[in-house]
Amino acid sequence: MITLNHYLLLSAILFCIGLYGALSKRNAVAILICIELMLNAVNINLVAFTKFLTPEVLTGQIFAIFVIVVAACEVAVGLAIVIAIYRDRSSVVVENLDWLKW
Amino acid sequence: MDYQVIAFWLLSFITLGSALSVVFFTNIVHSALALIVTFLGIAGIYLTLHADFLAAVQVLVYAGAISILIVFGIMLITRGDGKMAETNLFGKYKYTAAIVVTTLFGVISYFIIRTPWSIETAALSENTIGDLAEILLADYVIPFELAAILLTVAMVGAIVIAREVKNPK
Repeated sequence: MITLNHYLLLSAILFCIGLYGALSKRNAVAILICIELMLNAVNINLVAFTKFLTPEVLTGQIFAIFVIVVAACEVAVGLAIVIAIYRDRSSVVVENLDWLKW
Repeated sequence: MDYQVIAFWLLSFITLGSALSVVFFTNIVHSALALIVTFLGIAGIYLTLHADFLAAVQVLVYAGAISILIVFGIMLITRGDGKMAETNLFGKYKYTAAIVVTTLFGVISYFIIRTPWSIETAALSENTIGDLAEILLADYVIPFELAAILLTVAMVGAIVIAREVKNPK
């Protein structure tokens, strides 16, 4: 029998994998990819809560749809920023992006 | 064994395995391809949760649009020396991040297991698309329209940011 805890633990593992990539990768595009993984983990959480805790109202699924919308915006703007940085610096290694340091 | 149990474990292994490949592949193109498999696995997880509309949206928006956007981004920022095999390396926080993430997972799983969830056994309605449409266009119509504006603003902003500057002063 698959319970709510199974889904929550799956989502927690996925979130931690995504967070690990976002913290440890050097490539800016890889960091964006890992942020997508984290957002997907949150969506699994929301859909599982809808199924197991509030099956009569679908608010969790509505929220997941809004998360998907915001994720699409985020990846579009993020990739545009990465491309602009690449055009300026010919590199997307985040450890070299230190304009704000002095 | 129940089909739902088999489906859950199979999809979990696919999703987590490909998510690990996304992080540990050193070629960023391979990472992007593993990301598509992860998205499809998550769409299957939604199906096991009776969220058929979200599964379709997941395939269309994530596995279709966002993956293609990421692949195009990778193509536009390819390294000049052509060493694709080393485009997705770990930085200097590899071990610190591992410690932080393991601790976080311990905390999250502790609270997940300790929390007494009040499980509702009522079945989800069969027609989720109709129910979603009623909620989205009645109770959440303002956020729905705002999401449309947000998408437009983000797309215009992405074009403006990524556009090539012809004659920088």
